[in-house]
Amino acid sequence: MRFVDEFREPELISRTAEEIRRLAGSDRYYRLMEVCGGHTHAIYRFGLKDILPENIELIHGPGCPVCVLPMGRIDDGLSIAQQPDVIFAAFGDMMRVPGTQGSPLEHKARGMDVRIVYSPSDALKLARLNPEKHVMFFAIGFETTAPSTALTLMRAKTEGIQNFSVFCNHVTIIPAIRAILDSPDMRLDAFIGPGHVSTVIGCRPYEWIAKDQDKPIVVSGFEPLDMLQSIVMLLRQLRAGEAKVENQYKRVVPWEGNRAALRAMAEVFQLRPYFEWRGLGFISQSALRLNDKYAAWDTEQRFEVPGIRVTDPKAAQCGEVLKGVLKPHQCKLFGRECTPEHPVGALMVSSEGSCAAYHNYEHRKAAMATSLTSIA
Amino acid sequence: MCLAIPGKIVEISGDNAESALVDVAGVRRKIDLGLLQDDRPVPGDWVLIHVGFAMSKISEGDALDQMNTLRALGEIDGAMQEVQGYGLEEIDDVEISDAEIDDAEVNDAEVN
Repeated sequence: MRFVDEFREPELISRTAEEIRRLAGSDRYYRLMEVCGGHTHAIYRFGLKDILPENIELIHGPGCPVCVLPMGRIDDGLSIAQQPDVIFAAFGDMMRVPGTQGSPLEHKARGMDVRIVYSPSDALKLARLNPEKHVMFFAIGFETTAPSTALTLMRAKTEGIQNFSVFCNHVTIIPAIRAILDSPDMRLDAFIGPGHVSTVIGCRPYEWIAKDQDKPIVVSGFEPLDMLQSIVMLLRQLRAGEAKVENQYKRVVPWEGNRAALRAMAEVFQLRPYFEWRGLGFISQSALRLNDKYAAWDTEQRFEVPGIRVTDPKAAQCGEVLKGVLKPHQCKLFGRECTPEHPVGALMVSSEGSCAAYHNYEHRKAAMATSLTSIA
Repeated sequence: MCLAIPGKIVEISGDNAESALVDVAGVRRKIDLGLLQDDRPVPGDWVLIHVGFAMSKISEGDALDQMNTLRALGEIDGAMQEVQGYGLEEIDDVEISDAEIDDAEVNDAEVN
């Protein structure tokens, strides 16, 4: 395993890995899903798979906000920004995500006023600085970023800033997990729960996974030792025939979450009846929109939204990869038509997307091994 | 966007103490404290920052571990670029090296 020496207690890491091998035994197979894209990235980067026994399979979950956004929403946002005097503001992660007519960055090259912001409050600042323009903030993210968008909208309302709106693409993690558990081709034994989303929502919202679905879930940190300890906790539950919610990441995640953040979300957002997820299809009550109190700051109320729907390229198998049915390299386009430099699907764009993570680490490792073999 | 960036509160400001100057490996920027209303930090506290908002208070040891994790994940340049960009500040082209981050941590330690 790479990087282990750089972390706290390398000996404890080896002992924990040993404990995993002991618990896993060889009598059964374990399929564990890491829900969060940050975990996916860390698993590849740290080479965690190399030290797990062969009967533990990690399945990559839907927790990469850029990856699950349907292309039609990007087209919708860019089409609104085509109008005169509109500034399109979004996080850097969005800038290279392809729409039908190219990414936001490519639209910028063609003359659209596209700005990278690192915080929703900076999109609001752009509106203050450009009173003659309308600033549309293209909001994405799970519960990690949604409270910041909410608080920014509360500030816009208090200050009475008129030339600012939010094109809301915020999604919520629980319905996505439910959809995956309901999917007939998906067999999972347990979940590694998201770390930073849980900072906001706490651990309670996962209780149904344990109680109703009989699956263990452990909220986990991002260091190698965190993830290995979480796997130990899951295996212990599975060996004992238990299903509980446990919190490995107590140093950051309170059981009850961040109530101030939840209050801000409740003040500003309401659940959409349904929302389309790339790869997972329409999921009911899985996304947020602005409520009526904030209609004046809702891009979808202030502008005509075309409601574009785009079918993903037939050859691209983003959906199957996103659900964990296929591994990234099993997609027909992987590493050929679709690379991090020229992404066809969103899973190749973000470092949290499983295709980009796989391409950056596993694929290169395999290529290196091949060339070494040929030298030998 | 999903990076959690550790920073140390230097100074609290705003009408309702709603913003703070933080130090992240030597780079100082304003962040929003509105999501920590129930558990207000004071100067000297460490927080985890998401998209310009402090989201949770953490210990100094955990803050340094988080910096180490970002470095090991290859996300340190992205994180520092994000912090530099807070407040619509121009981002320097100069990449921040690990050595500078180590220096900044050492300087912090000395201040303490």
